[in-house]
Amino acid sequence: MITSPEVEQIEKPSGLLRTALRLKRTQIGLGVLIAMIGLTIVGPIIAPHSQTEFIDMPNSLNIPGALFGTDYLGQDVWSRFLIGGRSILLLSMSATLLGTTVGTFLGLLAALTKNKTDEFIMRIFDVILSFPQILLALLLVSMFNASPILTILAVALSTTPRVGRIIRGAALSVVERDFVQAATALGESRIRILFSEVLPNVTGPLLVEASLRFTYSIATIASLAFLGFAPDPTAANWGTMIQENSAVIVIQPWGAVLPVIAIAVLTIGTGLCSDGLSRVLAGIDRGGKGE
Amino acid sequence: MPILKFIARRLGLGLLTIFAVSVLIFLVTQAFPSDPAQAILGRETTPEALDALRQELGLYRPAITQFSSWLFDIVRGDIGKSFVTQMPLSEYIAPRVGNSLFLMVVGAAFSIPISIAVGAFSALRRDKTFDKTTSTVSLVLAAVPEFVMGTGLILLLSTSVFHVLPAITLIDAGQAPWSDLSGIVLPVLTLVLAVTPYVSRTMRASMIEMLESDYVEMARLKGMSERTVLVRHALPNALGPVFQVIALNLAYLAGGTVIVERLFNFPGIGSALADSVRARDLPAIQFLTLMIAGVYVLMNLLADVATVIATPRLRTSLK
Amino acid sequence: MSEGLRIVDLRLDVEATGNDIVDQVTISIAKGKVLALVGESGSGKTTVGLAVLGHTRRGVSINCGQVYCGDTEILSLTESDQRKARGHLVSYVPQDPSSSLNPALRIGLQLREVLEAHNFGSSDEARKSRIREMMEEVLLPTDDDYLRRYPHQLSGGQQQRVGLAMAFACRPSVIVLDEPTTGLDVSTQAHVLATIRQMTSKHGVAALYITHDLAVVADIADEVAVLYAGRVVEQGVVKDIFTNPAHPYTRHLVAAAPDISGKKEVVGLSGRAPSPGKRPVGCAFASRCELATPECQDSFPKEVAMSASHHVRCIKVGQVAPVLLASKGASNVRDQGSPVLEIKGVDAGYSGVTVVHDVSLTIRKGECLALVGESGSGKTTVSRAIGGLHREWTGTMVFNNVELQRIARQRSPENRRGIQYVFQNPYGSLNPRRTVGDSISRPLAIIGTDKSEASKAVLDVLEKVNLPGSYANKYPDQLSGGERQRVAIARALVSKPDVLVCDEVTSALDVLVQAAIVDLLSDLRKNLGLAMLFVTHNLPLVRSIADEVAVMSEGRIVEFGPAESVIGDPQQAYTKSLIMATPSIERSMR
Repeated sequence: MITSPEVEQIEKPSGLLRTALRLKRTQIGLGVLIAMIGLTIVGPIIAPHSQTEFIDMPNSLNIPGALFGTDYLGQDVWSRFLIGGRSILLLSMSATLLGTTVGTFLGLLAALTKNKTDEFIMRIFDVILSFPQILLALLLVSMFNASPILTILAVALSTTPRVGRIIRGAALSVVERDFVQAATALGESRIRILFSEVLPNVTGPLLVEASLRFTYSIATIASLAFLGFAPDPTAANWGTMIQENSAVIVIQPWGAVLPVIAIAVLTIGTGLCSDGLSRVLAGIDRGGKGE
Repeated sequence: MPILKFIARRLGLGLLTIFAVSVLIFLVTQAFPSDPAQAILGRETTPEALDALRQELGLYRPAITQFSSWLFDIVRGDIGKSFVTQMPLSEYIAPRVGNSLFLMVVGAAFSIPISIAVGAFSALRRDKTFDKTTSTVSLVLAAVPEFVMGTGLILLLSTSVFHVLPAITLIDAGQAPWSDLSGIVLPVLTLVLAVTPYVSRTMRASMIEMLESDYVEMARLKGMSERTVLVRHALPNALGPVFQVIALNLAYLAGGTVIVERLFNFPGIGSALADSVRARDLPAIQFLTLMIAGVYVLMNLLADVATVIATPRLRTSLK
Repeated sequence: MSEGLRIVDLRLDVEATGNDIVDQVTISIAKGKVLALVGESGSGKTTVGLAVLGHTRRGVSINCGQVYCGDTEILSLTESDQRKARGHLVSYVPQDPSSSLNPALRIGLQLREVLEAHNFGSSDEARKSRIREMMEEVLLPTDDDYLRRYPHQLSGGQQQRVGLAMAFACRPSVIVLDEPTTGLDVSTQAHVLATIRQMTSKHGVAALYITHDLAVVADIADEVAVLYAGRVVEQGVVKDIFTNPAHPYTRHLVAAAPDISGKKEVVGLSGRAPSPGKRPVGCAFASRCELATPECQDSFPKEVAMSASHHVRCIKVGQVAPVLLASKGASNVRDQGSPVLEIKGVDAGYSGVTVVHDVSLTIRKGECLALVGESGSGKTTVSRAIGGLHREWTGTMVFNNVELQRIARQRSPENRRGIQYVFQNPYGSLNPRRTVGDSISRPLAIIGTDKSEASKAVLDVLEKVNLPGSYANKYPDQLSGGERQRVAIARALVSKPDVLVCDEVTSALDVLVQAAIVDLLSDLRKNLGLAMLFVTHNLPLVRSIADEVAVMSEGRIVEFGPAESVIGDPQQAYTKSLIMATPSIERSMR
């Protein structure tokens, strides 16, 4: 029997992140993500114009002082680009955090109870999962309003069951293991078993899923803006910008090109991060099986 | 027949889910918004118009009556009429269903064979150049939102870079979608690019698991030809998990394409929903969402049944 | 006697590092003979077995050597000729038949495809009758309905018979059997072994039988090769190996193996075999060997011939002490301790189906009671009910004169403290995200012991289980299986229990580690006056550790009494058949 001679010692807890950072794709992804976060922090400060200021004729190119010309209303494309990422990033981060937290909790609860509570939670998840993610968010935001809070709630709601199912699956195999039985035999409380025995052993899948959900939250929130449901329809927002300027793409491409590049780079960055994490996770799983 | 009993049970569960979905849709669209009539008509309206709309919506009735009559009408096949055009909704939606179906079939016809082939081949060529390239490409394709990818394609293929294709579909809802084939190239391409990475990644992972299984090793140790090992031993077992992902993506192609249809102005149910949302056409929104959710539930059901039929261990343990 | 299989100077490497997994392996087996390749997990025995078919696992490559099956050298064949040889000239029987048969294909097809792939038989009809012939030889039904079954519709023993039928189908001249009876119950194992023996001698097949179980070796093999850290350290006919082992490692293996035919003090050995890349230039066993001197580290020892058929690689030949055979010693007369745990009329089940019927047991202070049975006998259900891990049971359990509640959470802290559970698999019973010290001190934290006192207690119990105090800061992943099981025992000891429930605690461990754990448990019982319930399927082990035995079958206790009399002189038919089916070194050597 070969007990995976290459994997001498399996990583210690928290080693997942550290190991993932040794992969080139994670390094690139994280670098890109940090750069984009930096852009959304510094961008609004260094923007030469305000986001709604009319500086020249609509759809003009070659204006002195405005590198990328004006958009369909005559606003500065460069300034709107610099400002337009902040709300997308803030909203998607909050939605991911909220959806992942709630989803993790419900997933753990379902895995541990394995009875009617589990059944009930899973049926609720099924109902929410019957809607494509963008559809549920669109329905909620269009019927009420696209306020930041509601946008976060809508996206978090569609994230919750997706995270919940993954965590439940991961936790089910942990719950079956003897150390959870050992804790039960010692008389540990359920809540303590949930958080100190099971949760630390699903952090791997949790991290991977959270980073994946972050990518999709960015996509959903930008898509909502593209459909005209940004929190503030007049404010600069990459999604809004693509929608506004795609009709005039032939005469003034920059208004659409810049946000297209920005969103693509941002999502590829987060995608690289989650791919790096999942690769390391799969590697650890294999190492563990060799025992 | 145990399999029929299983399908019946699964169907019952599906109907229950659809019912819960309809409750959710009703709550979000009609019961919870403080005044749907106000929401539909906007601020600049008259009290009379508001009152008339409230009457029409039946908002003065108890919520439970509103819900049951709405659902009952749909079950009977009467999906109501549009607020905006006052035309029966069925006339508005029927041709678009056909268009979306066309988009789905064409998209699936390209994406599924491609992704299964790519997935299986990269599993065989694991960690070689082909695998590394396709994994990077599918990573990028899976991460970027469809409207960004679509806009990128427009920029590349319909503007100054290579102007070879029209940026939008120029067909009417009633027209057959194949009457303007050049117009559907971009939407189909976008959808194929959006769907392929998911299916091919699942296929790759599943195929790798099978290739490392004891029974594939055993088949090799029995002296089976490599062809037999792959076609008879690895592939059929690898397809199981892929069914689920294919079903999800078919459902997405059928109804989740709001963004892509909107971007290319393709007259399907996705863009119909986007238009209805913009026009606040409540009956249309309610019915279209219910229909799309229904397709999701149906596809999941089909995937479950297909998985059970294709897996002897599951099939024979049915009671 | 013509040669069936000859392996010459075989070496396989880890591709990425170039470190050897096995090296200098030279073995030959005559036609119709069985050679057992014996070694602990990680010794490289499966790697050798697969190489005989020219196959390697991912990341492993053949560096040098030759494998002759008859006159054909396998390793120099082209890939397609190797494929033709596999299953035809040389075939393989895998360890786990349940995962080695394709779950999606009917067994008939899986048998037929071997014949088809090697053009065996001139027509479909001929192949069909060959399949029937094979099924008959492995004692399985031959009707079409049976052949249309899927693997999961067969029992483990039947699956392994299908594996054997498949391996013998094309009349190979060499067969590699990789632990084919691991995971089977002893009675099933006895039948499968008998089939293997009969078929190899009848068809004149040279068989390489890979195993870690010495009693099985004694039962089935003609010759033995002992593998340690990827090298054959001793080779000879089976009698020489067991009665006159010349290598200190072999001697330790034999000394550590319990035997059903007599009471035997099993002796363990600490340390572990070095893994690929960490192997020394000299003898790999030197670091654990009591005879080791500096020159042992100079170079890998040359082969020394003890006799024409007995070779050993050790420079201390002649200094190895003889093996102590098991004695049929009288049962220890002991003072009867006072009862600690009394179980009366316990029924237990799962979702309404009763699987344990009317079980009554008494465990006394300082006494070890073994609960023995095959898989599915209900022994684990009983032990889990005692540990408070199984909800569905009725009857009474009285612990220190207090009646026990059904599950742990309902029991008083005092009762929970008093009964501690040690699990089967040390890889699953410790939380991988906690340090050893954390895991051990957790029971104390629950009852509110303060930190400094708890860490003192941790050091104390680590010492009791013979682990250094520095282990408190390690994570389970950094420990070997035996060390983990010691930690699990330490966790059970820290709350000073009265009863220790040991659920198959050694079944995941190699024989030397098993012996060391058994040693430890016996010491603890003596020194701490612990009462112990030892749940196991391993009858020989019972004889080495238990005072009393309860034999379970189909949910009932069928025989109960002092260990020596139950195993030495069983009264019930079931116990008799169980003991007859259990292979024994002593019995085979006689």
